[in-house]
Amino acid sequence: MKNNKVSSNPVDGLWKFFASVKLTVMLLLTLAVTSIIGTVIPQNENPAAYIHEYGQFLYRIFKLLNIFDMYHSWWFQFLIFFLTINIVVCSIERLSATWKTVFTKTPSFDIVRFKNSFKEEFFDNHSPEELKSGFLPVVSKSFGYARIEETEKGFVIFAEKGRWTRFGVYGVHLSVILLLIGGLIGSFFGFEGSVNIPEGESVKSIILRNTGKEEPLDFEIQCVDFSVSFYESGTPKEYRSKLIILENGKPVIQKEIIVNDPLRYRGINIFQSSYGNVRPEKVDLNFTNRETGMIYRKNAAIGEEIDLPEAQGKFVIREYTSSFNFRGHNLGEAFLGILTPPNGDPAELVIPINYPSFDKMRKDDLIISVESSKRRYYTGLQVTKDPGVPLVYAGFILMILGCLVAFFTSHQKICVEVVKKGGKSRVMVAGIANKNKMGMQARTQRISKLLSEKAGILKG
Amino acid sequence: MDSSNLLSITTFIYGLAAFFYIFSFVFKKPFAGRLGTWTSLAGVSGNIAGIILRWVESYRLGIGHAPLSNLYESLVFFSLVIMVIYLVIERSYSNRIIGAFTTPIAFLSMAYASLSPNISDRIQPLVPALKSNWLIAHVISCFIGYAAFAIAFGLSIMLLLKQKDEKNENPFLKVFPDFKILDELSHQMIMFGFLFLSAGIITGAVWANSAWGRYWGWDPKETWSLITWFVYATLLHARFTRGWQGKRLAYLSIIGFSAVLFTYFGVNLLPGLHSYGQ
Repeated sequence: MKNNKVSSNPVDGLWKFFASVKLTVMLLLTLAVTSIIGTVIPQNENPAAYIHEYGQFLYRIFKLLNIFDMYHSWWFQFLIFFLTINIVVCSIERLSATWKTVFTKTPSFDIVRFKNSFKEEFFDNHSPEELKSGFLPVVSKSFGYARIEETEKGFVIFAEKGRWTRFGVYGVHLSVILLLIGGLIGSFFGFEGSVNIPEGESVKSIILRNTGKEEPLDFEIQCVDFSVSFYESGTPKEYRSKLIILENGKPVIQKEIIVNDPLRYRGINIFQSSYGNVRPEKVDLNFTNRETGMIYRKNAAIGEEIDLPEAQGKFVIREYTSSFNFRGHNLGEAFLGILTPPNGDPAELVIPINYPSFDKMRKDDLIISVESSKRRYYTGLQVTKDPGVPLVYAGFILMILGCLVAFFTSHQKICVEVVKKGGKSRVMVAGIANKNKMGMQARTQRISKLLSEKAGILKG
Repeated sequence: MDSSNLLSITTFIYGLAAFFYIFSFVFKKPFAGRLGTWTSLAGVSGNIAGIILRWVESYRLGIGHAPLSNLYESLVFFSLVIMVIYLVIERSYSNRIIGAFTTPIAFLSMAYASLSPNISDRIQPLVPALKSNWLIAHVISCFIGYAAFAIAFGLSIMLLLKQKDEKNENPFLKVFPDFKILDELSHQMIMFGFLFLSAGIITGAVWANSAWGRYWGWDPKETWSLITWFVYATLLHARFTRGWQGKRLAYLSIIGFSAVLFTYFGVNLLPGLHSYGQ
């Protein structure tokens, strides 16, 4: 009378609470509904943007509920934690019964259950004794386990297959647990960061994504070369970085990485993610005299004031820009400088790298253009470490296998009862299955047909 | 003729097939149903030919890739899977009424792809992030899943209509498959869809991990696919362990398909990594 015992034990109460599928349904639906919030409200933006969007009051409430990073908020994690406990408790609760069913030596069959389920009946002119030896092979051919029991007026064959398929659902549940543990391991022992490396240079640390802090690496990443190619339409086709991993200054591994093909080294993954132009520090400038065509060449560092040839004054390059917009046209990379004539006001001027004659428009005696500036790219790398991934992938595989078993296989039982009726035999074939009951009906019909055919070819 | 033309013609053929099925259902003309089957087969052939032709064209343009890379191509594939699954059901259950409730979805999807001014049918080169074999596995899994859910949606509508007519008197509902068959079939479709949705999420996660180093990032599309997964997981638990059937499950199935639609179209209105699906 175990079930009637009223339990006052709080552990039992808690266990019961978590053993309920109602709780599962509630939690799944709550997770589904609350997950929507984070897709509507952009996550992890800066506070000013939120205050602008929602106002002080709402901002404070949202902030309190961690809405701006909701998938990592205490309440969302709490829901996931509850679901995990729920899955574990539900599975344990049902597993012992399943275990007994699957690993029993002599499975139990309840003839009443068969009689109440889908069944087929036919009569045959043979006696039960004559049918017995013919029927058993037919049944055991398509069912793994079959046994025969004598009855008063004949016999019954019980057979079944697919007992193990009852474990499918536990596979799916275990897979979810693996995913969650894998995720937890990743968030505790992994990191996610990025680093920009100019061509030819190397780094020993990266910047973490969440905190913005520097994370030292056990090795050095060197970017030997970076290249980018474009389709005719101008959209990027491929980013490619040639990387070398250095340990104690010695190269150990070299690889060209592109998007979708990272470099993995000592549990750390290095992904191609972006690129950009490195700000040049020095530039070779040409000063052309408009009238004589005489060209003077000078090297200037950014911020360094130089004297112009022919005593035309002073010039300083103030800054570099990777794209300069002139009357709606993007002229690309350019230097912005300030020219101070010997007697006159300083004037700001633009020297686009790709348009050497741009400065002619100024109509000054000297035309300034860029002879060369060492053009360098930097490669933008994403650097991650996630020791939880193997567990997560194991979870993925288990989930697919578990779903296949849980959805498309079933534990099928069949019962063939043969009863003597006068000189004839009445044959009843009934089948039950824990899933896909319609499929089982068709199967029962098929077995019944096979048996009547078998009886038809028996001699006598 | 290029693939876009061929697929536009396919849209028309699917429209015709849907019309025949509906006509056959409303006016009880079995010959129209048979016409529907043949038209559907023609449409499926056109659809497959269109996809293959598009694949060939992309190679001719020198940017060869499987035609599963943007909204247009995914809608075309979605329609194909719906039609193929439907035809398999029609064959195994010998019932053409279901066609009146499922083929229109395939037609609408194709029509949206072909006619909407917001959807470009141009073959575009792949941006670096999309250059992965996981792209094909991911898109195929997702859309097989979505198509199965679409059919489950059609069946759920039929179920809701059917259950109102308990005495089986309504002449329109009389020809529907049995309540039990509808219920079982829609359950089968949901299990099938759930398996492929899971596979779709998983292949997407593996892909994201190989492209960006994170298998899950709570990007709106990811989150919505998970929401969809939650809804159908709820449905499966309600049925497996609590024995829900019929009406209540049908409502859940409709909610689930709404989540699918939002994952598919609605999320494009939100910012995120899946912006190339627009």
